[in-house]
Amino acid sequence: MDTGKKENLNDKDIQLILGTLLRAGVIISMSIVLIGGAIFLIHNKGAITNYKVFTPELSKFSSITGIFRGVASFQGDAIVQFGILMLIFTPIARIVFAIFSFLIERDYLYVLIGFIILAIITISLNGGIAH
Amino acid sequence: MSVLLFTIIVLLGAFLAGLLGSLTGLGGGVIIIPLLTLALGVDIHYAIGASIVSVIATSSGSAAAYVKEGITNIRIGMFLEIATTIGAICGAIVAVYLNANYIAILFGCILIFSAIMTLKKKVDHTISENTDKWARFFKLNGSYPDKGISQPYAVKNVPGGFLMMLFAGTLSGLLGIGSGALKVIAMDNIMRLPFKVSTTTSNFMMGVTAAASAVVYLHRGQIDPGIAMPVCIGVLTGATVGSKVLVKGKTDKLKIVFAIVVAFLALQMIYKGISGL
Repeated sequence: MDTGKKENLNDKDIQLILGTLLRAGVIISMSIVLIGGAIFLIHNKGAITNYKVFTPELSKFSSITGIFRGVASFQGDAIVQFGILMLIFTPIARIVFAIFSFLIERDYLYVLIGFIILAIITISLNGGIAH
Repeated sequence: MSVLLFTIIVLLGAFLAGLLGSLTGLGGGVIIIPLLTLALGVDIHYAIGASIVSVIATSSGSAAAYVKEGITNIRIGMFLEIATTIGAICGAIVAVYLNANYIAILFGCILIFSAIMTLKKKVDHTISENTDKWARFFKLNGSYPDKGISQPYAVKNVPGGFLMMLFAGTLSGLLGIGSGALKVIAMDNIMRLPFKVSTTTSNFMMGVTAAASAVVYLHRGQIDPGIAMPVCIGVLTGATVGSKVLVKGKTDKLKIVFAIVVAFLALQMIYKGISGL
């Protein structure tokens, strides 16, 4: 990025970084899911599953604080959920990166569009907590 | 069923779903949901939560490759993401209040529609005259590399495409699928984009759209790590293998066989939904 003295980042560079960001996000989050899954299975392999009825009130990791608390006490299912959280944030990080790259390109219309998408997702985040 | 056995069965099923989903272009989500609900008796709310996670994984993984090739139109993708994320959140919020039977019936209908769409012969509607004022304002017209030559294209009917995307996003949030079939209709038939661009851009948008609904699902307790873990690992692995073995021309027969299987699954979901009402 520091080589862009005369010319700013062009579309090709942006696409390259964007692609790498997405791939890295998927690989990192899926590795966390795998590790968490292994720990979860070692501790719970004999337990009986019951997913026949939807019981959201029994869900332990439906909030970010809940997930972090579980990760701190090294629970396998919390680590899986943390990996999933990272996966959810991968495309969101992609939007943040796009906003920066459009800012460098001075395409302010698309900076605005990026912020609108972020705002929509943030609203849903808050809406989800409120319910 | 023990957790270990459940995980192994779901892992294998999800691998198959990802493999077939990528070979036929249907996507893994539409296959894993009937598998979980019909074969394993999982409540559709959990199945949807797990599926949406796998949609994020597969679409981000393959988008990475397409974006690098320069085929994806990032501006069109971001512009339409406004519509799909609004739709996705509305759909996800409605989904938690909706009876599982209604979701199953709706899912079955969309499944049949998607299966028909994969069989339909594609007609390229690409145009080059740059007449749409919205497309010019939002700088949506572009070009893509085809065999080393840069092919320019123009976009038509931006408001129509935007509305269709709102609908696609709503279904994605409601049913936990990528709704690629609807996105491609919006971009191929309404906005007149070349196939290569519409397919890859639709895929690029899927991640953000799915993330928007996943946030709602997570807070509603619909994403259970015990199901989501084998589903996303299995679907992602299957889709990766599928994209490697994808040989052009040989998939036609597979598509027909697969469409019949999918239609059968869809009818069963509709039947189950109606009989449960």
